[in-house]
Amino acid sequence: MKENHSKFDLEHVIRELKHFLPAQAPLKDFIHHNTLHAFQQESFHLALNKATKIFGYKTYLTFQEYQKMYEESNISKQILEKIIIIKKGKENINFWLNHLLTVNELNFTSSRIGSIRDTWKDKFYFDIDVRVHPFLFRLLGSYLDQGIAIWNFPGDSKDFMKSVRDLERNSKISLFKSKRVKKLLLTPKLKVESLLEILVGDEDLYEHYIFDQQFAHPGWSGIVAVIEDNPHTLLDGKLISLIDLIKLECLFEIDALDNRFGDIWAPISSKIKNKPVHLFDKIKRTEKDELKEIWQEAFEWTYYDQVLFGIKNQFDKLQLVESKKENETLEAKKQKKFQAIFCIDDRECSIRRHIEKEVPTCETFGTAGHFNVEFYFQPENGKFYTKVCPAPVTPKFLIKEFENSKKKKKDFHYNKQSHSLIVGWFLTHTIGLWSGIRLAMSIFRPIKNASTSDASAHMDKNSSLTIENTDPTQISDGLQIGFSILEMTDRVEGLLKSIGLVKDFAPLVYAVGHGSTSVNNTHYAGYDCGACSGRPGSVNARVISSMANNTKVRAELEKRGISISNETQFIGALHDTSRDEMSYFDVKVLSKENYKLYLENKKSFIVALDNNSKERSRRFVSINSNNSSAKIHEQVKTRTVSLFEPRPELNHATNALSIVGRRNFTKGVFLDRRSFLNSFDYRVDPEGNYLLNILNAVAPVCGGINLEYYFSRVDNHNLGAGTKLPHNVMGLIGVANGIDGDLRTGLPKQMIEVHDPIRLLVIVEHFPEIVLKTIKRNPATYNWFEKDWVKLVACNPETNDFYEFKEGEFIPYHLVQKSIETLENFTDTFEKEIDNLPVFLINN
Amino acid sequence: MENIIQILVLLPIIGFILSLIIPKKQERQLAWNTILFISLHFITLCIFTFLWFQDGGKVINMKELTIFKSIGYEFYVDFYFDKIALTYLFLGAFISLLIAQYSRFYMHRETGYKRFFNTFMFFYLGYSIVVCAGNLETLFIGWEILGISSFLLIAFYRDRYLPVKNAVKVFSIYRIGDVGILLAMWLSHHLWHENISFMKLNNYEIVHEHLSQHSWVGVTISLMLLLSAMAKSAIFPFSSWLPRAMEGPTPSSAVFYGSLSVHIGAFLLLRTYHFWEHQTTMQLVVIVFGLITSVISTLTARVQSNIKSQIAYSSLAQIGLIFIEIALGLEELALVHIAGNAFLRTYQLLISPSTVTYKIREQFFNFIPRKKTLEDSWPKKIEYSLYIMSLKEWNLDNLQYKYLWNPVKNIGKKFNFLGSPVLMILAIVIFISGVILHFFEDKLPPNVIHNIPFIFALIGLLFVLKSFTERRNVFLSWWLVVFNHFWIALAISFNEHYTYTHNIWYLSGVVVGGISGYFILKKLQSKERKVALDQFYGYSYVHQKLGMAFLIACLILAGFPISPTFIGEDLVFSHIHEDQIFLAIAVSLSLIIDGLALIRIYSRVFLGPFIKTYDGIVKRNL
Repeated sequence: MKENHSKFDLEHVIRELKHFLPAQAPLKDFIHHNTLHAFQQESFHLALNKATKIFGYKTYLTFQEYQKMYEESNISKQILEKIIIIKKGKENINFWLNHLLTVNELNFTSSRIGSIRDTWKDKFYFDIDVRVHPFLFRLLGSYLDQGIAIWNFPGDSKDFMKSVRDLERNSKISLFKSKRVKKLLLTPKLKVESLLEILVGDEDLYEHYIFDQQFAHPGWSGIVAVIEDNPHTLLDGKLISLIDLIKLECLFEIDALDNRFGDIWAPISSKIKNKPVHLFDKIKRTEKDELKEIWQEAFEWTYYDQVLFGIKNQFDKLQLVESKKENETLEAKKQKKFQAIFCIDDRECSIRRHIEKEVPTCETFGTAGHFNVEFYFQPENGKFYTKVCPAPVTPKFLIKEFENSKKKKKDFHYNKQSHSLIVGWFLTHTIGLWSGIRLAMSIFRPIKNASTSDASAHMDKNSSLTIENTDPTQISDGLQIGFSILEMTDRVEGLLKSIGLVKDFAPLVYAVGHGSTSVNNTHYAGYDCGACSGRPGSVNARVISSMANNTKVRAELEKRGISISNETQFIGALHDTSRDEMSYFDVKVLSKENYKLYLENKKSFIVALDNNSKERSRRFVSINSNNSSAKIHEQVKTRTVSLFEPRPELNHATNALSIVGRRNFTKGVFLDRRSFLNSFDYRVDPEGNYLLNILNAVAPVCGGINLEYYFSRVDNHNLGAGTKLPHNVMGLIGVANGIDGDLRTGLPKQMIEVHDPIRLLVIVEHFPEIVLKTIKRNPATYNWFEKDWVKLVACNPETNDFYEFKEGEFIPYHLVQKSIETLENFTDTFEKEIDNLPVFLINN
Repeated sequence: MENIIQILVLLPIIGFILSLIIPKKQERQLAWNTILFISLHFITLCIFTFLWFQDGGKVINMKELTIFKSIGYEFYVDFYFDKIALTYLFLGAFISLLIAQYSRFYMHRETGYKRFFNTFMFFYLGYSIVVCAGNLETLFIGWEILGISSFLLIAFYRDRYLPVKNAVKVFSIYRIGDVGILLAMWLSHHLWHENISFMKLNNYEIVHEHLSQHSWVGVTISLMLLLSAMAKSAIFPFSSWLPRAMEGPTPSSAVFYGSLSVHIGAFLLLRTYHFWEHQTTMQLVVIVFGLITSVISTLTARVQSNIKSQIAYSSLAQIGLIFIEIALGLEELALVHIAGNAFLRTYQLLISPSTVTYKIREQFFNFIPRKKTLEDSWPKKIEYSLYIMSLKEWNLDNLQYKYLWNPVKNIGKKFNFLGSPVLMILAIVIFISGVILHFFEDKLPPNVIHNIPFIFALIGLLFVLKSFTERRNVFLSWWLVVFNHFWIALAISFNEHYTYTHNIWYLSGVVVGGISGYFILKKLQSKERKVALDQFYGYSYVHQKLGMAFLIACLILAGFPISPTFIGEDLVFSHIHEDQIFLAIAVSLSLIIDGLALIRIYSRVFLGPFIKTYDGIVKRNL
């Protein structure tokens, strides 16, 4: 961050600006990330205070909300006292406690952003935003539009500024009212500085002014910055730069001022007597900031402590049982009916529990949902490639689909012709009346149709894929088509070792990707698999299974110490998390015996899916959770295709934990769909090599999801997208309220309303010293833990003691909670409780 | 059988009142109440229609109930039923029922669930009254309800700036439409010396007989009706309000601005068609405005890059055509067109969020870079000029400010000195002398008496202009509106057969509304200290009940149909002589700006982003 305020350096300012603007991609590529990523070099609480003081964001709950939770015992008194003692010492505990319980909320009006540009309003009595924003947004929206407008922005989309100049030059009607501005626009090599000279006057204020100006509409500026740096995110490519936006906005501002004051007006600096503090100067932490910190940590540890207590208890119990079983031979272990690898996603937390309950002899695993295969996917007839692996990875492989037999559905309601005058006239008289019937049907009998964002349509399950590469010269746009045997082996080995599945393979091993079906959901990409760049994980599941079934790959694996018997077959599947349906791929390759097993398992899965939907339904008011699982399941399915249902599922809401360890580590604890579960066996990876890979993904992916939910929840106006009910689609790239609003970033209210904003607690089952060594190996990953953006606890697998990571070291953590309930039958609980459930033990 | 028509109006009234009583927490009951009453309405309508057709499908007119009567004046509620009413009623009941069912789930957990269904029922009530109305007075009751419920639906997200700003904008346009009807009522009162029913209005012989002597009156009445219709249906030059009304939850935008509300202007034209079918001027004017609207809206729709305004403008293009069809006498065609357009746009709006899924998918498989469009074949100069004009929505939004609201504000600002205490005292002195003068009216020469009303009305107008532009003192602004009505009352008192009873009707609402509004503001001030008009304060965020009470006070004061002032206003107009056009204009301007000033006070004090930002700052462009 800049400390010395030297002369204005545009490039530097643009870099800074891009750093702080929202980094949200267009809707189709929506991926969760830390909303305040720009502050990540600071420690969590300081960063939050800064964000508030500089940008006016609300970064915590209100004192009232904390106090209410305290009254309702959702924040434990013991924990609160413990935190006060840690932060403030033992002596004044009552003073602080009293203070915390009575303190009043603060206002947010004194943030630094906007302070210069407000002068237009305060001293010039001129509301510049109202004059400039609507048309500027419309111009930008028309240029970036991906296919709503019928009449495209004239010009060739190669350069925003050039297109606007072209438009202005060739039109009888000017974009501006002021002649001077028209001339300025057409000046070759127009510089931002010369515009700022007219508007601002004082060079010292330029940087602040630009920040004020762009942060008056962070949504539009953010998307411009994202598209500038990554033009491929738009299918219909548009080139644009933030500098162009600033230039154009300055021109519109000068135009508005010229129009209001004539040619004679002094720049804004003329009315600024006292220069405001520099945006990024040091901030002062106030007492209220510290109080918020205490409340927040007490809130978090109230939950964390429960979880840790639960894990410890169930683990003690489990070890007791295991020691009894020690005599039982390996035979017992081999009797595993099947193994299933799921995505780490918190929504899979409960389905795994239900499957294990249904088939106690099975074994489930969790890993990032791209299954360690990274590639671009091209569906048949697709004009583009889709990346299906974590966003930061740039794959070198392409997998193509062919023999797709599914037809794409059409719907004339989206047809542009319905907006034309003459054809529209015919349509309204004829098909218009049919719309009335469609309207009624969509409300009383919702079904899947062309409007649905259908997870199973990502890939036709009966199509074929180009998975194996036999000829390395098969290259398309620089991408190798398919993987070679060695490349496949690397990926399968990596996957199996990282989850600790290296022996005792069951006859069937499922790789279950996930996706989500919904309708009227502009944020659909955020509901699919994050590890597949916001797409369903079906292709990846199918690809990894096919690789693992490849005999040549198996032979290679054998050499690397993983022996998979011939009876074992892998099978790819897709779990639709909103509909709770599972579909399976390439069943044809199964052997006779395995096919029989597959059919048996399928039945168990159906029961588990029914029960899972029942568990989910406890949050849905429109469904009576007392009904039978099968009935509820039908209602849950209908919900996903209902136009009027803003919550097809609750997605990652309530996420709070990420557990990296063996399944037995947490199998007996009820975690209420709040945990990302990543399988890992410390015995397979004593050095922490695979652990590093896991944590490299867990911190940014799960941490990113968690923090996006956190910030969208605490400040839904500025860091979230507000309620989605009035949203209007802008150019297919974003949403806004009404027609003149700024683009909304972050998550809509419907996604976060049940979310408890607490940071992610990562619990790793490994020796603390190994964990410490591991996280230090990657500075980017280490930063997440060091700066407290995610919390980290290591569990020594031998002694079963917890160590909290704090200020660069692991220190023993002493549990506060003393007892825990055991849940005999959780279905009863689902029928009664609608809110977050505490941690229970469950009997297996 | 005819009594069933009453039920068609009564049901929404009961439904609305019940929806007010049901507690906020009872989401299920609130939604079911709405669905139940609209269903009952629908069923009743079906039964009635069946009976009606059995009866031969004759036009029905029934005089329902006289509310006020004195010599030469009668205010009565009248119902009318024909196939136009039938079509609109079916359309309204069908779409509203579906949307109510839709919103039952969609609005779940939304703050303001109850408010939404209240307003929804209120809107439905207004719609039913308008459609069943048998005379202009009855229609005006519904018309006012539509106006205020639209305002409330657009400003549903009242803690944000844009919805409130746009709600006020739409309300101002509606207000122009209201005055069209007021003036049409005034003129037709003088033409027929009674409050004429649509039945008579549509009778060619009666109309022709009267109009042969007063042809300009006939044309003026038609034009005034057209003005109202244009304002409500967003016809050129009022078009720009329609896309801006899309601020509420998507289903409410779909049902009101996609279908029902926006076709009400066309209804007014259909309803009065036989009155103006022989006026070639009027027909031409309707066709010209319809055509301009169609062309401009189509072009504008073509450049829209956001889905809701694209749908709004393409719907508008069809409404322009509907106006032309009506002017050409193609009633049936127009009715089918209206229904088709309503269904199509409602559905398109409801599925509008799915556009992203659908179009991105379509693009992924069928993308053609820079597909040529029709416009690419035009000369570049024309293409680019038209593009910019369409992008600017043909400047319609700016023009309204430039030629309508800014001049009003500028005049108001010129009379800023009115706020000074000395002048207020002076004004009171003039008023009292006016009252005294009134007692000696007989002694004054007739030409003086003839001009006095206009002078007083003008002073009243200045008062209300000042009220409209007052930026600080909310109490001043409030009392100025109240006093405006007294000025009007005084002015009209100088016109002969105006009796005191009429004044009591007119002023009773004003006094009740004025005083209660004052105390509500006082109470708010005692709680919050700062209550002013320089910005939006958003106090309903914490003082919902006060906000509601204040809104009711405003409505009573503004002569909304719950207030005797509503009839009073009509009475006032009935006493303005045919040759006192300037007086009529001054009074009607007063009433327009009155309503605006009150809505402005309500909005600034109670709506918009809450000034205490402890729940986060709400930016103005969100």
